[in-house]
Amino acid sequence: MNIVVTVKQVPDTWAEKKLDASDRTTDRKSVDNVMNEMDEYGVEEALRIKEAHGGEVTVVTMGPQKAVETIRKALSMGADKAVHLTDDALHGSDALQTSKALAKVIATLSPDLVITATEASDARGGVMGALLAERLGLPQLTLARKVTVDPAAGTVQIERQADNGYALVEASLPAVVGVVEKINEPRYPSFKGIMAAKKKPLTTLGVGEAGLDASEVGLASAGSKVDDAEPRPPRQSGTIVKDEGDGGAKIAEFLATQKLI
Amino acid sequence: MAEVLVLVEHADGEPKKVTAELLTLARTLGEPSAVFLGGPGTYAKAKEYLAQYGAAKVYVGESDDLADYVVAPAAEVLAKLIASASPVAVLTAATPDARETAARAAAKSDSGFLWDAVGLTPELVATQGIFGGSTIVQSHVTKGIPVIAVRPNSTAAEAAPGTPTEEQLTIEVSDVAKTAKIVDRVVEAKSGRPDLTEAQIVVSGGRGLGAGENFALVEKLADSLGAAVGASRAATDAGWYPHQNQVGQTGKTVSPQLYVAVGISGAIQHRAGMQTSKTIVAINKDPEAPIFELADFGLVGDLFQVVPQLTDEVEKRK
Ligand SMILES: Cc1cc2nc3c(=O)[nH]c(=O)nc-3n(C[C@H](O)[C@H](O)[C@H](O)COP(=O)(O)OP(=O)(O)OC[C@H]3O[C@@H](n4cnc5c(N)ncnc54)[C@H](O)[C@@H]3O)c2cc1C
Ligand SMILES: Nc1ncnc2c1ncn2[C@@H]1O[C@H](COP(=O)(O)O)[C@@H](O)[C@H]1O
Repeated sequence: MNIVVTVKQVPDTWAEKKLDASDRTTDRKSVDNVMNEMDEYGVEEALRIKEAHGGEVTVVTMGPQKAVETIRKALSMGADKAVHLTDDALHGSDALQTSKALAKVIATLSPDLVITATEASDARGGVMGALLAERLGLPQLTLARKVTVDPAAGTVQIERQADNGYALVEASLPAVVGVVEKINEPRYPSFKGIMAAKKKPLTTLGVGEAGLDASEVGLASAGSKVDDAEPRPPRQSGTIVKDEGDGGAKIAEFLATQKLI
Repeated sequence: MAEVLVLVEHADGEPKKVTAELLTLARTLGEPSAVFLGGPGTYAKAKEYLAQYGAAKVYVGESDDLADYVVAPAAEVLAKLIASASPVAVLTAATPDARETAARAAAKSDSGFLWDAVGLTPELVATQGIFGGSTIVQSHVTKGIPVIAVRPNSTAAEAAPGTPTEEQLTIEVSDVAKTAKIVDRVVEAKSGRPDLTEAQIVVSGGRGLGAGENFALVEKLADSLGAAVGASRAATDAGWYPHQNQVGQTGKTVSPQLYVAVGISGAIQHRAGMQTSKTIVAINKDPEAPIFELADFGLVGDLFQVVPQLTDEVEKRK
């Protein structure tokens, strides 16, 4: 199995996230950046499939130079090699442009399986799996809470999470699979893994080398524009009451004054 | 008047409340055309509802292909409609299936795509809460026909009864869109309670409940309020409550009139899914719990005492 897994570097969940004041893109400079937590589940699933069926796992990231830290993390978890698409021209790309760029890179790797996570904690688009399927012309197996691959038959089956249960979805390989975080428990990189990661092959590509035209990516040609950004007005500080035996009644009173009951 | 396409959100033909919200919002932008895509014979269940909420026109697409494959066929049909109708905008719900459909349709029509809009001006400037709702941005699409996925509960639905014209769509789906086949649908939970993302009131339970069976307390309170039941990830991970009910960054995003957090600490990932709720009530025995920073009304106390009393009080006031 030739498996590609996409990972994204994002501002740390606990960091106070901001937009850059000059161009209103996500400020990735003034905060700590980490691998998108959800992507750990994608990497884990890729590794499990490789361990069960053999093959190779290639990490693909698009992002600034320092996103290489996130690539290292995926390699230290056990991925075999990585491709890093990085170029100033990519700055400010929206989800549609990012999918175009990632698809271009992924197509050259001729994978049997492309694995993404469902959502990145910065953009929370939740559409990259669907968009990669669209761009690559492959089956879309997103929102997977369980994945079963049958390399001999050349098929893959998932449980697609739904509101009231799940749908069982089948496709032929190659396919794009998007995993939800319920699917597994990601491993921690071992010391050996961390050491090994430093020697694993990493290919760095600029826009031109990836066969992309700088005019189709980046802020200038993005399909949407942020006109204005402001911090949410702080919530009015509320009333905090200690229970004196009548706490339930107190809440009910509050709800009644708010006309909520 | 300018045409606005509204992708109907439905379950087997039964329209979801967000459809009425989208039609109401679309009426402020132009003339709404509902786009109904579903399996054969499902439209009959939605017809009345779409007329009630002011659809001027309904494009009806019914086909096994739309029901039997994941997202791609619907995206293809929607993209064709965008090309032929050339609307001023396309609105969908920001729910998983609809946002994937919207994204793929936008990619096909080389249009800009915005998600999680909570407001939209007649000039098509969208308001979105980003970074878990901590920053509010105004943005607009700069390319093609704006495709905008709107959060449920962001507009109050208003009826505007009329008699829409109907246009039957001929559904011809390409082979490449028919590759992810749905072979079975398994229903795991059907509570009879409102949908989590659509509910006016949500009562959520967390690790503070201590055991799965104690979720009965949360359910009783929810039923007295006519609310949906949510859960923190600690509770779903422990198997106390179904995963579909998880609220937060990796669960559902909810924005109800009232959110009641029971035994939930208010971790940043949980907040990301509920902090835009209009009114927040928290019950927690730890006065330092971060959930109190968000609460309009916070009660420091033992949930096992407070929740049953609250349920009784709500019942009494009915
Ligand atoms: C990638 C990732 C994604 C995540 N996504 C989500 C998500 O989508 N949603 C989510 O919720 N979390 C998510 N989390 C987990 C999140 O970080 C927290 O661990 C989780 O929200 C904690 O749940 P909790 O508040 O129920 O439990 P705890 O943090 O353990 O809080 C329990 C609370 O109950 C109170 N309590 C205990 N007993 C009582 C009592 N008798 N009466 C009153 N109060 C009591 C305690 O004081 C405490 O404040 C995610 C984490 C990661 C890493
Ligand atoms: N720049 C990127 N590089 C690599 N993978 C990405 C990138 N952006 C998004 N992804 C993948 O797509 C998923 C969903 O991201 P998003 O649609 O941005 O919420 C992420 O979890 C990643 O797996």
